[in-house]
Amino acid sequence: MSFVLCLIFILLMPLAIAGLALIHQGLGRSRSAAHTMVATLCVLAVISITFVLIGFSVAGFNGGSAHTFVLAGASWDWGGAEPLFGHGIHFDGTPAALVLCFQLVAAGLAGIIPLSTGSDRWRLVPICVSSALMAAVTFPLFAHWTWNGGWLAHLGSNFGLGAGFVDAGGSGVIQALGGLTALSIAWIIGARRGKFSEDGVAAAIPGHNIVLVLFGCLLALVGWIALNSAGAMLFYGTSIIEIPRILINTLLGASASCLGTVLTTRFRYGKPDASLIANGWIAGLVSGSAGCVFISPGAAIVIGFVAGSSVMYSVEFLELKLHIDDPGGAISVHGVAGLWGLLAAGIFGKIPSLSGSGQTLAQVIGVAALLGFILPLIHGLNLLVDRFTKQRVDADGERQGMDVRELGAGAYPEFVVHGDEFLPR
Amino acid sequence: MKLVGMLLLLFGGAIAVTAIVLLRQRLEQDCFVFAGIALEILGLTLVARDYAHTPRNAG
Repeated sequence: MSFVLCLIFILLMPLAIAGLALIHQGLGRSRSAAHTMVATLCVLAVISITFVLIGFSVAGFNGGSAHTFVLAGASWDWGGAEPLFGHGIHFDGTPAALVLCFQLVAAGLAGIIPLSTGSDRWRLVPICVSSALMAAVTFPLFAHWTWNGGWLAHLGSNFGLGAGFVDAGGSGVIQALGGLTALSIAWIIGARRGKFSEDGVAAAIPGHNIVLVLFGCLLALVGWIALNSAGAMLFYGTSIIEIPRILINTLLGASASCLGTVLTTRFRYGKPDASLIANGWIAGLVSGSAGCVFISPGAAIVIGFVAGSSVMYSVEFLELKLHIDDPGGAISVHGVAGLWGLLAAGIFGKIPSLSGSGQTLAQVIGVAALLGFILPLIHGLNLLVDRFTKQRVDADGERQGMDVRELGAGAYPEFVVHGDEFLPR
Repeated sequence: MKLVGMLLLLFGGAIAVTAIVLLRQRLEQDCFVFAGIALEILGLTLVARDYAHTPRNAG
Protein backbone atom coordinates (compact mmCIF):
# COMPACT_ATOMS: atom_id res chain seq x y z
CA MET A 1 0.00 0.00 0.00
CA SER A 2 1.26 3.44 -0.90
CA PHE A 3 1.21 5.54 2.28
CA VAL A 4 1.41 8.84 0.40
CA LEU A 5 -1.34 8.00 -2.11
CA CYS A 6 -3.65 6.81 0.66
CA LEU A 7 -2.97 10.01 2.58
CA ILE A 8 -3.83 12.09 -0.49
CA PHE A 9 -7.13 10.24 -0.84
CA ILE A 10 -7.92 10.82 2.84
CA LEU A 11 -7.17 14.53 2.39
CA LEU A 12 -9.73 14.63 -0.45
CA MET A 13 -12.45 12.82 1.52
CA PRO A 14 -13.83 15.96 3.25
CA LEU A 15 -15.12 17.02 -0.18
CA ALA A 16 -17.80 14.36 0.28
CA ILE A 17 -18.79 16.06 3.53
CA ALA A 18 -18.82 19.47 1.84
CA GLY A 19 -21.00 18.11 -0.96
CA LEU A 20 -23.50 16.53 1.41
CA ALA A 21 -23.62 19.71 3.51
CA LEU A 22 -24.59 21.75 0.42
CA ILE A 23 -27.21 19.15 -0.51
CA HIS A 24 -28.72 19.14 2.98
CA GLN A 25 -29.03 22.89 3.28
CA GLY A 26 -30.33 23.28 -0.27
CA LEU A 27 -33.07 20.69 0.21
CA GLY A 28 -34.24 22.35 3.43
CA ARG A 29 -36.11 25.62 3.82
CA SER A 30 -34.38 28.99 3.42
CA ARG A 31 -35.32 29.86 7.00
CA SER A 32 -33.10 27.01 8.29
CA ALA A 33 -30.20 27.17 5.80
CA ALA A 34 -27.62 28.76 8.10
CA HIS A 35 -28.67 26.47 10.93
CA THR A 36 -27.99 23.39 8.78
CA MET A 37 -24.50 24.60 7.87
CA VAL A 38 -23.70 25.58 11.46
CA ALA A 39 -25.01 22.19 12.61
CA THR A 40 -22.71 20.51 10.06
CA LEU A 41 -19.68 22.32 11.51
CA CYS A 42 -20.77 21.55 15.08
CA VAL A 43 -21.29 17.87 14.24
CA LEU A 44 -17.83 17.66 12.68
CA ALA A 45 -16.30 19.39 15.71
CA VAL A 46 -18.07 17.16 18.22
CA ILE A 47 -17.36 13.97 16.27
CA SER A 48 -13.68 14.81 15.73
CA ILE A 49 -13.03 15.34 19.43
CA THR A 50 -15.22 12.45 20.63
CA PHE A 51 -13.84 9.97 18.13
CA VAL A 52 -10.19 10.72 18.91
CA LEU A 53 -10.78 10.67 22.68
CA ILE A 54 -13.20 7.72 22.95
CA GLY A 55 -14.36 6.29 19.61
CA PHE A 56 -10.97 5.20 18.32
CA SER A 57 -10.38 3.02 21.35
CA VAL A 58 -13.56 1.06 20.41
CA ALA A 59 -12.98 1.14 16.66
CA GLY A 60 -9.30 0.25 16.89
CA PHE A 61 -7.35 -0.96 13.88
CA ASN A 62 -6.55 -4.28 12.28
CA GLY A 63 -3.91 -6.01 14.39
CA GLY A 64 -4.49 -3.80 17.43
CA SER A 65 -5.81 -4.92 20.83
CA ALA A 66 -9.42 -6.08 20.99
CA HIS A 67 -12.11 -7.47 23.31
CA THR A 68 -12.87 -11.06 22.36
CA PHE A 69 -14.71 -14.10 23.66
CA VAL A 70 -14.71 -17.68 22.45
CA LEU A 71 -17.97 -19.30 21.34
CA ALA A 72 -18.50 -22.48 19.33
CA GLY A 73 -14.76 -22.80 18.86
CA ALA A 74 -14.44 -19.42 17.20
CA SER A 75 -13.00 -16.20 18.54
CA TRP A 76 -15.56 -13.36 18.50
CA ASP A 77 -13.93 -9.96 18.32
CA TRP A 78 -16.65 -7.49 19.34
CA GLY A 79 -14.75 -4.28 20.10
CA GLY A 80 -11.39 -2.58 20.03
CA ALA A 81 -9.41 -2.25 23.26
CA GLU A 82 -7.08 0.64 22.47
CA PRO A 83 -6.29 3.08 25.29
CA LEU A 84 -8.74 5.96 25.75
CA PHE A 85 -8.03 9.64 25.10
CA GLY A 86 -5.85 8.97 22.08
CA HIS A 87 -3.02 7.28 23.98
CA GLY A 88 -3.08 4.35 21.55
CA ILE A 89 -2.25 6.51 18.56
CA HIS A 90 1.31 6.54 17.26
CA PHE A 91 2.29 8.67 14.30
CA ASP A 92 5.16 6.46 13.21
CA GLY A 93 4.33 5.89 9.57
CA THR A 94 2.29 2.72 10.19
CA PRO A 95 -1.17 2.29 8.61
CA ALA A 96 -2.78 2.65 12.08
CA ALA A 97 -2.38 6.43 11.90
CA LEU A 98 -3.99 6.43 8.44
CA VAL A 99 -6.82 4.23 9.74
CA LEU A 100 -7.47 6.82 12.46
CA CYS A 101 -7.51 9.66 9.91
CA PHE A 102 -9.81 7.72 7.57
CA GLN A 103 -12.24 6.74 10.31
CA LEU A 104 -12.26 10.29 11.68
CA VAL A 105 -13.49 11.69 8.36
CA ALA A 106 -15.79 8.68 7.83
CA ALA A 107 -17.41 9.26 11.24
CA GLY A 108 -17.94 12.90 10.31
CA LEU A 109 -19.59 11.87 7.05
CA ALA A 110 -21.90 9.44 8.86
CA GLY A 111 -22.66 12.08 11.48
CA ILE A 112 -23.94 14.73 9.08
CA ILE A 113 -26.36 12.38 7.28
CA PRO A 114 -29.17 12.69 9.89
CA LEU A 115 -29.02 16.51 9.63
CA SER A 116 -30.82 16.22 6.33
CA THR A 117 -33.72 14.35 7.92
CA GLY A 118 -33.93 16.63 10.95
CA SER A 119 -33.88 19.77 8.82
CA ASP A 120 -36.12 22.66 10.00
CA ARG A 121 -36.91 21.19 13.45
CA TRP A 122 -33.93 19.42 15.07
CA ARG A 123 -32.31 21.53 17.81
CA LEU A 124 -28.56 22.19 17.91
CA VAL A 125 -27.87 20.87 21.44
CA PRO A 126 -29.42 17.42 20.88
CA ILE A 127 -27.75 17.32 17.46
CA CYS A 128 -24.37 17.64 19.19
CA VAL A 129 -25.22 15.10 21.92
CA SER A 130 -26.58 12.59 19.40
CA SER A 131 -23.48 13.03 17.22
CA ALA A 132 -21.20 12.50 20.21
CA LEU A 133 -22.95 9.22 20.97
CA MET A 134 -22.57 8.14 17.37
CA ALA A 135 -18.85 8.93 17.42
CA ALA A 136 -18.32 7.23 20.77
CA VAL A 137 -20.52 4.14 20.46
CA THR A 138 -22.39 3.16 17.30
CA PHE A 139 -19.95 4.12 14.56
CA PRO A 140 -16.81 2.73 16.26
CA LEU A 141 -18.58 -0.50 17.14
CA PHE A 142 -19.72 -1.27 13.60
CA ALA A 143 -16.46 0.06 12.12
CA HIS A 144 -14.55 -2.40 14.31
CA TRP A 145 -16.80 -5.30 13.38
CA THR A 146 -16.38 -4.59 9.66
CA TRP A 147 -13.03 -2.93 9.01
CA ASN A 148 -10.77 -3.60 11.95
CA GLY A 149 -10.76 -7.37 12.36
CA GLY A 150 -14.12 -7.68 14.12
CA TRP A 151 -16.44 -10.69 14.06
CA LEU A 152 -18.14 -9.67 10.80
CA ALA A 153 -14.80 -9.38 9.02
CA HIS A 154 -13.90 -12.88 10.28
CA LEU A 155 -17.06 -14.61 9.06
CA GLY A 156 -14.93 -16.05 6.26
CA SER A 157 -12.08 -17.47 8.36
CA ASN A 158 -14.35 -18.61 11.22
CA PHE A 159 -17.38 -19.94 9.34
CA GLY A 160 -16.29 -20.32 5.72
CA LEU A 161 -18.48 -17.50 4.44
CA GLY A 162 -16.48 -16.13 1.52
CA ALA A 163 -14.05 -13.42 2.58
CA GLY A 164 -16.29 -12.38 5.46
CA PHE A 165 -18.43 -9.25 5.47
CA VAL A 166 -16.86 -6.70 3.12
CA ASP A 167 -17.53 -2.99 2.85
CA ALA A 168 -14.66 -1.23 1.11
CA GLY A 169 -16.06 2.28 0.83
CA GLY A 170 -18.51 2.30 3.72
CA SER A 171 -21.95 1.56 2.25
CA GLY A 172 -22.76 0.00 5.62
CA VAL A 173 -20.36 1.51 8.14
CA ILE A 174 -20.87 5.09 6.97
CA GLN A 175 -23.98 5.33 4.80
CA ALA A 176 -26.43 2.76 6.17
CA LEU A 177 -25.43 3.63 9.73
CA GLY A 178 -26.06 7.31 9.00
CA GLY A 179 -29.33 6.47 7.25
CA LEU A 180 -30.57 4.36 10.15
CA THR A 181 -29.66 7.15 12.56
CA ALA A 182 -31.67 9.48 10.32
CA LEU A 183 -34.62 7.06 10.53
CA SER A 184 -34.41 7.05 14.32
CA ILE A 185 -34.33 10.86 14.39
CA ALA A 186 -37.29 11.08 12.00
CA TRP A 187 -39.30 8.78 14.28
CA ILE A 188 -38.46 10.77 17.40
CA ILE A 189 -38.90 14.33 16.19
CA GLY A 190 -41.85 13.68 13.88
CA ALA A 191 -42.88 15.58 10.78
CA ARG A 192 -42.56 19.31 10.12
CA ARG A 193 -45.67 21.31 10.90
CA GLY A 194 -47.76 21.57 7.79
CA LYS A 195 -46.20 18.52 6.15
CA PHE A 196 -49.19 16.26 6.74
CA SER A 197 -52.81 17.33 6.93
CA GLU A 198 -55.12 15.87 9.58
CA ASP A 199 -56.25 13.18 7.15
CA GLY A 200 -52.65 12.21 6.39
CA VAL A 201 -52.21 13.84 2.98
CA ALA A 202 -48.60 14.92 2.47
CA ALA A 203 -47.81 18.44 1.27
CA ALA A 204 -44.76 19.09 -0.92
CA ILE A 205 -42.25 21.40 0.77
CA PRO A 206 -39.60 21.97 -1.91
CA GLY A 207 -35.96 22.70 -1.17
CA HIS A 208 -34.88 26.33 -1.40
CA ASN A 209 -31.71 26.13 -3.52
CA ILE A 210 -31.49 23.35 -6.06
CA VAL A 211 -28.38 24.84 -7.72
CA LEU A 212 -26.34 24.35 -4.56
CA VAL A 213 -27.78 20.86 -4.22
CA LEU A 214 -26.60 19.88 -7.70
CA PHE A 215 -23.20 21.50 -7.17
CA GLY A 216 -22.97 19.48 -3.95
CA CYS A 217 -23.45 16.31 -6.03
CA LEU A 218 -20.41 17.16 -8.18
CA LEU A 219 -18.33 17.97 -5.12
CA ALA A 220 -19.40 14.72 -3.47
CA LEU A 221 -18.23 12.69 -6.48
CA VAL A 222 -14.60 13.73 -5.90
CA GLY A 223 -14.86 12.99 -2.19
CA TRP A 224 -16.48 9.62 -2.88
CA ILE A 225 -13.76 8.47 -5.28
CA ALA A 226 -11.23 9.36 -2.58
CA LEU A 227 -13.32 7.64 0.11
CA ASN A 228 -13.68 4.40 -1.86
CA SER A 229 -10.01 4.37 -2.86
CA ALA A 230 -8.71 5.04 0.65
CA GLY A 231 -11.07 2.47 2.20
CA ALA A 232 -10.11 -0.23 -0.30
CA MET A 233 -6.39 0.46 0.20
CA LEU A 234 -6.54 0.52 3.99
CA PHE A 235 -8.86 -2.37 4.73
CA TYR A 236 -8.51 -4.71 1.73
CA GLY A 237 -4.92 -4.11 0.67
CA THR A 238 -5.85 -2.74 -2.74
CA SER A 239 -2.79 -1.81 -4.76
CA ILE A 240 -2.28 1.33 -6.79
CA ILE A 241 -3.04 -0.47 -10.09
CA GLU A 242 -6.64 -1.12 -8.92
CA ILE A 243 -7.40 2.57 -8.29
CA PRO A 244 -8.56 3.26 -11.90
CA ARG A 245 -11.14 0.47 -11.46
CA ILE A 246 -12.48 2.18 -8.31
CA LEU A 247 -12.66 5.52 -10.10
CA ILE A 248 -14.48 4.03 -13.09
CA ASN A 249 -16.89 2.00 -10.95
CA THR A 250 -17.71 4.96 -8.70
CA LEU A 251 -18.42 7.23 -11.66
CA LEU A 252 -20.41 4.58 -13.56
CA GLY A 253 -22.50 3.77 -10.48
CA ALA A 254 -23.42 7.42 -9.93
CA SER A 255 -24.10 7.92 -13.65
CA ALA A 256 -26.37 4.89 -13.99
CA SER A 257 -28.19 5.83 -10.83
CA CYS A 258 -28.67 9.41 -12.01
CA LEU A 259 -30.08 8.23 -15.35
CA GLY A 260 -32.27 5.69 -13.54
CA THR A 261 -33.80 8.50 -11.49
CA VAL A 262 -34.18 10.71 -14.58
CA LEU A 263 -36.13 7.94 -16.31
CA THR A 264 -38.35 6.97 -13.37
CA THR A 265 -39.23 10.57 -12.48
CA ARG A 266 -39.80 11.37 -16.17
CA PHE A 267 -42.29 8.51 -16.49
CA ARG A 268 -43.87 9.16 -13.11
CA TYR A 269 -44.22 12.95 -13.10
CA GLY A 270 -43.90 13.83 -16.80
CA LYS A 271 -40.63 15.73 -16.19
CA PRO A 272 -37.36 14.80 -14.50
CA ASP A 273 -37.33 15.99 -10.88
CA ALA A 274 -34.17 17.91 -9.97
CA SER A 275 -34.09 17.14 -6.24
CA LEU A 276 -34.77 13.44 -6.81
CA ILE A 277 -32.06 13.33 -9.48
CA ALA A 278 -29.63 14.73 -6.92
CA ASN A 279 -30.80 12.02 -4.54
CA GLY A 280 -30.33 9.43 -7.28
CA TRP A 281 -26.76 10.59 -7.94
CA ILE A 282 -25.83 10.23 -4.28
CA ALA A 283 -27.68 6.89 -4.03
CA GLY A 284 -25.48 5.62 -6.88
CA LEU A 285 -22.35 6.70 -5.04
CA VAL A 286 -23.63 5.13 -1.82
CA SER A 287 -24.62 1.78 -3.33
CA GLY A 288 -21.36 1.38 -5.25
CA SER A 289 -19.10 2.00 -2.26
CA ALA A 290 -19.17 -1.44 -0.62
CA GLY A 291 -17.97 -3.39 -3.63
CA CYS A 292 -16.16 -0.59 -5.50
CA VAL A 293 -12.97 -2.62 -5.97
CA PHE A 294 -14.55 -6.06 -6.30
CA ILE A 295 -17.10 -5.48 -9.06
CA SER A 296 -16.86 -5.10 -12.82
CA PRO A 297 -17.87 -1.85 -14.56
CA GLY A 298 -20.99 -3.60 -15.91
CA ALA A 299 -22.02 -4.62 -12.41
CA ALA A 300 -21.42 -1.05 -11.20
CA ILE A 301 -23.90 0.16 -13.82
CA VAL A 302 -26.51 -2.42 -12.76
CA ILE A 303 -26.08 -1.66 -9.04
CA GLY A 304 -26.29 2.07 -9.66
CA PHE A 305 -29.31 1.78 -11.96
CA VAL A 306 -31.24 -0.26 -9.40
CA ALA A 307 -30.35 2.24 -6.66
CA GLY A 308 -31.38 5.24 -8.75
CA SER A 309 -34.60 3.68 -10.04
CA SER A 310 -35.71 2.75 -6.53
CA VAL A 311 -34.94 6.07 -4.84
CA MET A 312 -38.18 7.73 -5.94
CA TYR A 313 -40.29 4.76 -4.83
CA SER A 314 -38.49 4.57 -1.51
CA VAL A 315 -38.99 8.29 -0.86
CA GLU A 316 -42.68 8.00 -1.75
CA PHE A 317 -43.17 4.88 0.38
CA LEU A 318 -41.61 6.47 3.45
CA GLU A 319 -43.59 9.68 3.02
CA LEU A 320 -46.98 8.44 1.88
CA LYS A 321 -47.24 5.06 3.62
CA LEU A 322 -45.17 5.49 6.77
CA HIS A 323 -45.67 9.28 7.18
CA ILE A 324 -41.97 9.85 7.68
CA ASP A 325 -40.93 13.41 6.88
CA ASP A 326 -37.41 13.25 5.45
CA PRO A 327 -36.73 16.61 3.71
CA GLY A 328 -33.46 15.51 2.12
CA GLY A 329 -34.35 11.89 1.50
CA ALA A 330 -31.44 10.70 3.64
CA ILE A 331 -33.16 7.51 4.80
CA SER A 332 -33.71 6.37 1.22
CA VAL A 333 -30.45 7.68 -0.21
CA HIS A 334 -28.09 6.55 2.54
CA GLY A 335 -30.05 3.89 4.43
CA VAL A 336 -31.87 1.95 1.71
CA ALA A 337 -29.21 2.42 -0.98
CA GLY A 338 -26.49 1.59 1.56
CA LEU A 339 -28.13 -1.70 2.48
CA TRP A 340 -28.63 -2.48 -1.22
CA GLY A 341 -24.94 -1.74 -1.84
CA LEU A 342 -23.92 -4.22 0.85
CA LEU A 343 -26.05 -6.98 -0.66
CA ALA A 344 -24.97 -6.09 -4.20
CA ALA A 345 -21.30 -6.42 -3.23
CA GLY A 346 -22.05 -10.04 -2.28
CA ILE A 347 -24.13 -10.74 -5.38
CA PHE A 348 -21.91 -9.11 -8.02
CA GLY A 349 -18.51 -8.95 -6.34
CA LYS A 350 -15.63 -11.22 -7.25
CA ILE A 351 -13.97 -11.25 -3.87
CA PRO A 352 -10.92 -13.48 -3.43
CA SER A 353 -11.47 -15.96 -0.57
CA LEU A 354 -10.44 -19.43 0.57
CA SER A 355 -13.96 -20.88 0.70
CA GLY A 356 -15.11 -19.36 -2.57
CA SER A 357 -18.79 -19.39 -1.60
CA GLY A 358 -21.05 -17.86 1.01
CA GLN A 359 -20.11 -14.25 0.27
CA THR A 360 -23.72 -13.21 -0.24
CA LEU A 361 -24.68 -14.86 3.06
CA ALA A 362 -21.88 -12.96 4.81
CA GLN A 363 -23.27 -9.72 3.39
CA VAL A 364 -26.80 -10.64 4.53
CA ILE A 365 -25.51 -11.28 8.05
CA GLY A 366 -23.85 -7.87 8.00
CA VAL A 367 -27.18 -6.30 7.06
CA ALA A 368 -28.89 -8.35 9.81
CA ALA A 369 -26.35 -7.06 12.34
CA LEU A 370 -26.96 -3.47 11.25
CA LEU A 371 -30.74 -3.79 11.55
CA GLY A 372 -30.83 -6.13 14.54
CA PHE A 373 -28.08 -4.81 16.80
CA ILE A 374 -27.05 -1.34 15.66
CA LEU A 375 -30.50 0.16 14.90
CA PRO A 376 -31.98 -0.68 18.35
CA LEU A 377 -28.81 0.70 19.94
CA ILE A 378 -29.03 3.91 17.89
CA HIS A 379 -32.71 4.35 18.68
CA GLY A 380 -32.29 3.60 22.38
CA LEU A 381 -29.51 6.19 22.66
CA ASN A 382 -31.50 8.81 20.76
CA LEU A 383 -34.57 8.20 22.94
CA LEU A 384 -32.33 8.67 25.98
CA VAL A 385 -31.11 11.99 24.59
CA ASP A 386 -34.72 13.02 23.99
CA ARG A 387 -35.55 12.34 27.64
CA PHE A 388 -32.90 14.75 28.85
CA THR A 389 -33.16 17.43 26.19
CA LYS A 390 -36.05 17.61 23.73
CA GLN A 391 -34.72 16.95 20.26
CA ARG A 392 -37.46 18.90 18.51
CA VAL A 393 -37.82 22.66 18.59
CA ASP A 394 -41.13 24.01 19.90
CA ALA A 395 -43.94 25.14 17.59
CA ASP A 396 -43.01 28.80 17.84
CA GLY A 397 -39.40 28.10 16.98
CA GLU A 398 -40.42 26.08 13.96
CA ARG A 399 -42.62 28.90 12.74
CA GLN A 400 -39.77 31.42 13.13
CA GLY A 401 -37.31 29.09 11.43
CA MET A 402 -34.24 27.50 12.97
CA ASP A 403 -31.95 30.32 11.82
CA VAL A 404 -33.74 33.03 13.77
CA ARG A 405 -34.63 30.76 16.68
CA GLU A 406 -31.24 29.24 17.37
CA LEU A 407 -28.77 31.57 15.65
CA GLY A 408 -30.56 34.92 15.95
CA ALA A 409 -30.36 35.79 12.24
CA GLY A 410 -31.38 34.28 8.93
CA ALA A 411 -29.11 33.07 6.13
CA TYR A 412 -30.64 35.46 3.60
CA PRO A 413 -31.67 38.60 5.52
CA GLU A 414 -32.58 40.62 2.41
CA PHE A 415 -34.86 38.00 0.91
CA VAL A 416 -38.45 37.17 1.72
CA VAL A 417 -39.00 34.32 -0.67
CA HIS A 418 -41.28 31.90 1.10
CA GLY A 419 -44.95 31.92 1.89
CA ASP A 420 -45.93 31.19 5.46
CA GLU A 421 -47.82 27.92 5.48
CA PHE A 422 -48.78 28.50 9.12
CA LEU A 423 -51.04 31.40 8.22
CA PRO A 424 -54.61 30.53 7.16
CA ARG A 425 -55.27 31.15 3.47
CA MET B 1 -45.67 -1.95 19.87
CA LYS B 2 -42.46 0.04 19.49
CA LEU B 3 -40.81 -2.08 22.15
CA VAL B 4 -42.09 -5.30 20.58
CA GLY B 5 -40.81 -4.16 17.21
CA MET B 6 -37.38 -3.34 18.62
CA LEU B 7 -37.26 -6.73 20.37
CA LEU B 8 -38.13 -8.44 17.08
CA LEU B 9 -35.26 -6.58 15.43
CA LEU B 10 -32.94 -7.83 18.14
CA PHE B 11 -34.21 -11.43 17.99
CA GLY B 12 -34.00 -11.42 14.18
CA GLY B 13 -30.35 -10.39 14.35
CA ALA B 14 -29.69 -13.02 17.01
CA ILE B 15 -31.31 -15.76 14.90
CA ALA B 16 -29.23 -14.80 11.86
CA VAL B 17 -25.99 -14.94 13.83
CA THR B 18 -26.92 -18.08 15.76
CA ALA B 19 -27.70 -19.86 12.50
CA ILE B 20 -24.10 -19.66 11.29
CA VAL B 21 -22.80 -20.77 14.69
CA LEU B 22 -25.06 -23.78 15.22
CA LEU B 23 -25.78 -24.99 11.70
CA ARG B 24 -23.29 -26.51 9.29
CA GLN B 25 -25.34 -27.12 6.11
CA ARG B 26 -25.34 -24.07 3.84
CA LEU B 27 -29.04 -24.50 2.96
CA GLU B 28 -30.04 -24.60 6.64
CA GLN B 29 -27.89 -21.54 7.31
CA ASP B 30 -29.51 -19.71 4.42
CA CYS B 31 -33.03 -20.54 5.63
CA PHE B 32 -32.42 -19.43 9.21
CA VAL B 33 -30.51 -16.29 8.26
CA PHE B 34 -33.33 -15.24 5.94
CA ALA B 35 -35.87 -16.11 8.67
CA GLY B 36 -33.93 -13.74 10.93
CA ILE B 37 -34.06 -11.03 8.28
CA ALA B 38 -37.81 -11.60 7.85
CA LEU B 39 -38.28 -11.18 11.61
CA GLU B 40 -36.29 -7.95 11.46
CA ILE B 41 -38.48 -6.63 8.65
CA LEU B 42 -41.55 -7.49 10.72
CA GLY B 43 -40.06 -5.64 13.69
CA LEU B 44 -39.17 -2.65 11.54
CA THR B 45 -42.71 -2.59 10.15
CA LEU B 46 -44.22 -2.66 13.65
CA VAL B 47 -42.06 0.22 14.86
CA ALA B 48 -42.69 2.23 11.69
CA ARG B 49 -46.47 1.70 11.84
CA ASP B 50 -46.56 2.68 15.49
CA TYR B 51 -44.65 5.88 14.85
CA ALA B 52 -46.85 6.60 11.81
CA HIS B 53 -49.92 6.48 14.03
CA THR B 54 -48.57 8.83 16.72
CA PRO B 55 -50.07 12.34 16.52
CA ARG B 56 -48.55 14.31 13.64
CA ASN B 57 -46.99 17.73 13.82
CA ALA B 58 -46.17 17.28 17.48
CA GLY B 59 -43.92 19.77 19.19
